[in-house]
Amino acid sequence: MSTATTHAAEHPAEHYPGGLMRWLTTTNHKDIGTMYLTFSLIMFFVGGLMILAVRAELFQPGLQLMQPEFFNQLIGVHALVMIFAALMPAATGFANWMLPLMIGAPDMALPRLNNWGFWLLPPAAILLTLPFTLALFGIGDGAIATGWTFYAPLSVQGGMGVDFAILAVHILGISSIMGSINIIVTIFNMRAPGMTMMKLPLFAWGWLITAFLLIATLPVLAGAVTMLLTDRHFGTHFFDAAGGGDPILFQHLFWFFGHPEVYILLLPVWGLMPHVLSTFSRKPAYGYKAQVYSFIAIGLLSVMVWAHHFFTAGMPVPALIYFMFSTMAISLPLAVLFFCWIATMWKGAMTFETPMLFAVGFIVLFGIAGLTGLILADVAADAQYHHSYFVVAHFHYALFAGGIMGVMTGVYYWLPKWTGHMYSEKLGKLHFWLTVISFNLTFLPQFFLGLAGMPRRIPDYALQFAEFNAISTLGAFILGLSQLLFAWNIWCCVRGGQKVDNQVWEGAEGLEWELSSPPPHHSWEIQPVIK
Amino acid sequence: MDQAQPTPARHNRLIGKLLLMVAGAFVFAFALVPLYDVLCAATGFNGKTAGPGVIRDGFGIGGLQTAAAPASKVDTGRTVRVEFTGTVMPGLPWDMRPLTISLDIHPGEMQQVSYLVRNTSNRTIVGQAVPSVTPGQAAQHFEKIECFCFSQQTLGPGEAREMPLAFIVKPEVDRSIRHITLSYAFFSVDGQRQTLTSSREAQ
Repeated sequence: MSTATTHAAEHPAEHYPGGLMRWLTTTNHKDIGTMYLTFSLIMFFVGGLMILAVRAELFQPGLQLMQPEFFNQLIGVHALVMIFAALMPAATGFANWMLPLMIGAPDMALPRLNNWGFWLLPPAAILLTLPFTLALFGIGDGAIATGWTFYAPLSVQGGMGVDFAILAVHILGISSIMGSINIIVTIFNMRAPGMTMMKLPLFAWGWLITAFLLIATLPVLAGAVTMLLTDRHFGTHFFDAAGGGDPILFQHLFWFFGHPEVYILLLPVWGLMPHVLSTFSRKPAYGYKAQVYSFIAIGLLSVMVWAHHFFTAGMPVPALIYFMFSTMAISLPLAVLFFCWIATMWKGAMTFETPMLFAVGFIVLFGIAGLTGLILADVAADAQYHHSYFVVAHFHYALFAGGIMGVMTGVYYWLPKWTGHMYSEKLGKLHFWLTVISFNLTFLPQFFLGLAGMPRRIPDYALQFAEFNAISTLGAFILGLSQLLFAWNIWCCVRGGQKVDNQVWEGAEGLEWELSSPPPHHSWEIQPVIK
Repeated sequence: MDQAQPTPARHNRLIGKLLLMVAGAFVFAFALVPLYDVLCAATGFNGKTAGPGVIRDGFGIGGLQTAAAPASKVDTGRTVRVEFTGTVMPGLPWDMRPLTISLDIHPGEMQQVSYLVRNTSNRTIVGQAVPSVTPGQAAQHFEKIECFCFSQQTLGPGEAREMPLAFIVKPEVDRSIRHITLSYAFFSVDGQRQTLTSSREAQ
C-alpha cells in the first residue's frame, strides 16, 4: 500500500483524500487491485484458521474439542470463505492490477463500478462469519451448517445461519458480476491500438472466459438461493416434496453453477502460467492458439457436465453415461494445456526462482487433481468414492495446488512489479518447499482414507482411520504455519528491499514490463501501439 | 489520437448486452423448475410416478370405476417384487406402517395393499403423502389407480385408519427390473414447517 502512496506524491497535480477516505473512494485500478489482494490474504487466514480447528478435532477419533453442530458450521464456512472471499477476490485483484498494464489501457473501463464491486466484499464476509459471534451471545444457533452446497431440504430446515449465508452469497455474487462486466468491457474496448484478440496476453484470455462463465452461471446460483429463501420464509415449495417440489432440483441448480465455478477459479491461473513458464524458460509460450481454443472449449464444456457431482442421487442410465463422457471430455482440452506448459519449458534456459518453483509445483500437483478427477468421473467407480475423503483430497489438489498455489505463483511473479522491490528469494523458496511438502502430507493420506471408506463432513470416525488422520492434521498445521512466511515476505517486500528495474525478470516479455517498477499511478495515458 | 478518454457510448452498449445476459441467466434458473418437472414426468427420473395429469393410456383420474379394465395384458412369465415403506416427516405426530411389507406380482396385474396410519396426538391434523418409486426407471411404469396420496387425509385425535392403495406395474417395465420400492413421505399440511432446533433447545 505504501507504494501507491509514494506515487501519489510524484504527481503533485493530482488530489487524493488522505487516509481511509482515499481507500474508500479510490477509482484507481492499482489501488483497487491492492485492496482485493489484501482482503483475499486476510480471508485466506480466516478460512485457514477454521479448517485448522476442524483438523485439530480430527487429529484423534472421538469428540474432543467441539460439538458436531459447530464442526459442520466450520467446514461449510471454511469452503465459502476460501472460494468466494479468498480465491475469487485474489483473481479479481490480479485482473485489476495487471489487465490495464498488459493490454495498454490507462485504467479499467468502469472505475466507479470497480470501487463499488470491492466494497461489497467486506460486508459480505462479515455477514458470512457474524453468526459465529452472535451465537456466543446466545443469538441464533451459529453459522450455516449444511456444508457450502446449501443442499435442500437440510438448508430449508436450518437455522438463521442459512439466511446469513444466502444474503452473503447474493452480495458476493453481485460483486463478482460487476467485476466480470468491468473486465469484459475493458478487454473488448480498451486494448491498445493494434492489439487484436489473437495478440491478447493469455492471462487476459483466461480471465475473459472466466468473466463470461461468471455471467452465465452466478445468476443461476442467485436464483437457486432465492428459491431457498422463499421456501424458508415465504411459503413456496420449490424444494419441498410436501408441496410438490423436489430437493434434487436444488442439486441441479446448484451444480449448474458449481461446476463452472471450478473453472472460474482456475482459468485465471491457467492464463497466468504460460507467462511465468515462458519468462523463466526464456522462450515464448508454446501453442498460443491451442491454449486460447482450449480455454474456450473448457468454458463451453464446463456448463454441460454438472450432474457428475451427484451421480449417486439416482438418474437414468443414459443420463449417467452422458454426464460421465462429457466430464471425461474436459480432460482433452486440459491435456492440451498441460502439453503446452511442458513444451514451453522444453529445452528452455530454465532458472528456478520462487515463481517458477510454484509454477512447476502447480503443474505436477494439479496433474494429480486432473487424474483423480477422471477416476471420480467414472460412474461405476464413483459409487465407491462419492462423499468420501477421496473427493476432499481430489478437490484440494485442484483448488489448493491448482488455485491457491497458482495465485502464489502470480504474487511472487508480480510483487516486484507492484512494489518496486525484490522479495526475499530465500524466504520464498523456503515457503515453497514447506508448502509443497506439508500440502502433500495433509492431502495424500486423504486419498487413502477415502479409498478405505472414510466419509467426509464427519467429526468422528472409526479407529482404523486414526493414523492417516493424525498425519493429515500434522501436515495441515505445518501448511498453515508456513503461510505466515508468505505474509511476512509480502509485508517486508512492500516496506522496502532491493530495487528492481522495469523488466524485473531477465526473460519477461510484454507491455507490463515496459513500465517502471512500481508503475506510475496513471499508466498508459498515451496508449502504446502494437505492431 | 487520444485513446485514453473512455468512449461511454461504446461501453454502455456492451454493458447493456452483458446485463441482458445476467438477467437471462437469472430467468433461466427459474425456467429450469418447470423444465425439470416436464423432464421428470417424461422419463420417470427421480422416482416421480405418472401423475393424474400425464396418464396417456385411457386410465381415468383416481377412482377404481374408471380404470376397471386395464388396457394391458398380464405378463405371467415373470414376477417383480414390490416393497412398501413410508416415513413421517418432522412436524407431523403420526405413525405409519405398510400392512404388506412386500408382494410378488406379475406385471399387468392390479394389486391392492394398505397402510395403517395413526394420529398419536390429541388434535385433528391434516396430512399429505408424497410417493416416490425406486428405481427411477420403473417409476413411469408404476401406475397408481387408487391412492391415499391423491388427496389430503384428515385424522382426528388418536384416530387410526387403513389407507388403501391400488396399483399396476405395467408390462412395459424393463425386464432387468426385479425389485421396485414404493415409499411415501407423510407431511403435515396445516402445521408450520418444522425447523431444526439448536442442540441446546433440543436437549
